[in-house]
Amino acid sequence: MNGIGWIFLIVVVVVGAFLISLFNSLVGLRNRVKNAWAQIDVQLKRRHDLIPNLVETVKGYVTHERETLENITKARSRAMEAGTVGEKSKAEADLSGALGRLMLVVENYPNLKANQNFLALQEELTSTENKIAFARQSYNDAVLFFNNKIQMFPSNVIANMFNFAASEFFEVEEASEKAAPKVSFTK
Amino acid sequence: MLWELIHQNRRKSLALFVGMAFLLSALGYFVGFYFDPENGGYVGLAAAIGLWIILTLISVTSGDEILLKISRAREVTRDVHPRLFNVVEEMKIAAGAPAMPKVYIIDDPSPNAFAIGLKPEKSAIAVTAGLVSQLNRDELQGVVGHEMSHIVNRDTQLMTVAGVMLGSIVLISQFFLRSMWFGSGSSRRYRKSEGSGGGSYFPLVMIAVTIVLAILAPIFARLLYLAISRKREYLADATAAQLTRYPEGLASALEKIGSSGLPLDSANKVTAPMYIINPLAEKGAALSALTSTHPPTEERVRILRGMAGFADYRSYQRAYAKVKGKPTAIIPPSGIREGKQLQVRGPSAEPEPERDKTTTARDTMDLMRAVNGYAFLVCACGLKMKLPPELAAPTVACPKCGRENRVPAAELATIGAVVTAATGTGAVPGQAPTASEGAEAGGPYEYVRKGTGWESFSCGCGNLLQLSPAFQGSALSCKLCGRTIVIKQ
Repeated sequence: MNGIGWIFLIVVVVVGAFLISLFNSLVGLRNRVKNAWAQIDVQLKRRHDLIPNLVETVKGYVTHERETLENITKARSRAMEAGTVGEKSKAEADLSGALGRLMLVVENYPNLKANQNFLALQEELTSTENKIAFARQSYNDAVLFFNNKIQMFPSNVIANMFNFAASEFFEVEEASEKAAPKVSFTK
Repeated sequence: MLWELIHQNRRKSLALFVGMAFLLSALGYFVGFYFDPENGGYVGLAAAIGLWIILTLISVTSGDEILLKISRAREVTRDVHPRLFNVVEEMKIAAGAPAMPKVYIIDDPSPNAFAIGLKPEKSAIAVTAGLVSQLNRDELQGVVGHEMSHIVNRDTQLMTVAGVMLGSIVLISQFFLRSMWFGSGSSRRYRKSEGSGGGSYFPLVMIAVTIVLAILAPIFARLLYLAISRKREYLADATAAQLTRYPEGLASALEKIGSSGLPLDSANKVTAPMYIINPLAEKGAALSALTSTHPPTEERVRILRGMAGFADYRSYQRAYAKVKGKPTAIIPPSGIREGKQLQVRGPSAEPEPERDKTTTARDTMDLMRAVNGYAFLVCACGLKMKLPPELAAPTVACPKCGRENRVPAAELATIGAVVTAATGTGAVPGQAPTASEGAEAGGPYEYVRKGTGWESFSCGCGNLLQLSPAFQGSALSCKLCGRTIVIKQ
């Protein structure tokens, strides 16, 4: 083979390696998005598992707040049954709201706040809420990075060739946030 | 993700790795030559390369464990300190790390932390007992986030490689410098060069070069090591701020750590650069800008606080430029490009009541006992006994009520085991939860009466139950958890 042939071969190999690495990085980023989504699910399930224990522990102390506890149990079953992403996100937001109201109620029961079991459960619950938030955050970060890579040159060429589709962000609107109470000082 | 930083760290690790090989070889060659001009050079070269290979193998396989042992760190499981473990897990999720780092605690009241690991899958984070007891949840999250950033940005990879290489250079140079004082080599050299005839200036030049190299090498290596650490601390701060969405947490943690003033016993010159704040720096001492391993703490705090309600890299860049007074780019382009401005979240509600000093001190001591393999035995009277792992006796008398409690030999020397004497069941962390739950859910518990007077004992759930002399029944149920407890005479 003459000199030109060798140069051509080298160029082809180098360009090919570059394209392959682009493709691989796109696949890696897409997997990261999928993993982050699965992580959200894992943390949501964890919260579901913590709640019955929490309700039992609180029941013994908090005698007049039956309704609050029932709301939580109902919200939990609804969250576990939810099907589509939209349903899920709304149900989980409702559950967060119900748990928040319970924590407000608990403030009035110092005996409960001193109970070791309850403190451990509360720590687990706080941590799970944080993990849900961070999992969502991590998912959105992964989506942003993936979408950027798909849309920017030169990786968008490869992305279009192999049908890499952009992912959606996980926007959460809490139902309670929408209905903010209006305070009016005028009679 | 700061891709430039990650790639840069990877490249620098490799460059350091290879560069140190050359430096070591040169040093070894000249040291060998000094002792024996004919063949010593090659012997020295071979020895140096052999040493380098050994050090590489050690650092790759057990470098982490060695560094952790030097720092007197002990592994922590989830049950021993759920909060610390949870915070590490939260940061792992936020950073998108592939695996949980191992968590270690250092028995020291001075607050500090470090992270090590050649790759994110095999990494470890160590915090001191002082840190865990003095910081609130947001601050702890900030510190853990900072350490997690080091792991994810591959700073720990560079630091581990550098630590090994630095150590080896210092070793060889010290060996050489020490042997030079005895002067045994020089007399041999004179005898040989007289026999070889002309060209007697050459060995002198070699000697001079060797001496210069031996003195410069450790200084040079240390400078290199330090120069790479400072910028990375800023970047880890910025990444932590973005991960936690709460720069104030890290800022107030740095303030607390920086003003604590307690020296960290287990830190030495080699491990000092790894910590979040230089543990060897004395309060108020002015460290020369070139040789200090960490940027000044007040500056880091001011930058974090200057982020004005936002948590993204661009805000950090702006705050950095403002505090430094010059528009130096600290965040690499990939961080700036990442897009939208991120709002800071509010501080997390702290559910814990104000802890007094006694409770905090006792909790810290218990934590250290737990990680050192002590087992906790809860007597029926409510006293929590702490059994050392070497305990050989079959029973131990409770100091409060005198009751002889059986020592749960199976749970001794496991991390953080808590056994309740009243129930007789052990809660050993790490085992499948079904075993103990099965016993707790259905089975009755026993309490053996000591006499006929008033007696109190604690149910497994923590509730204190009292028996009056008039109590004739055979069982009672705990109002709190609903367990039935059989009373035996």
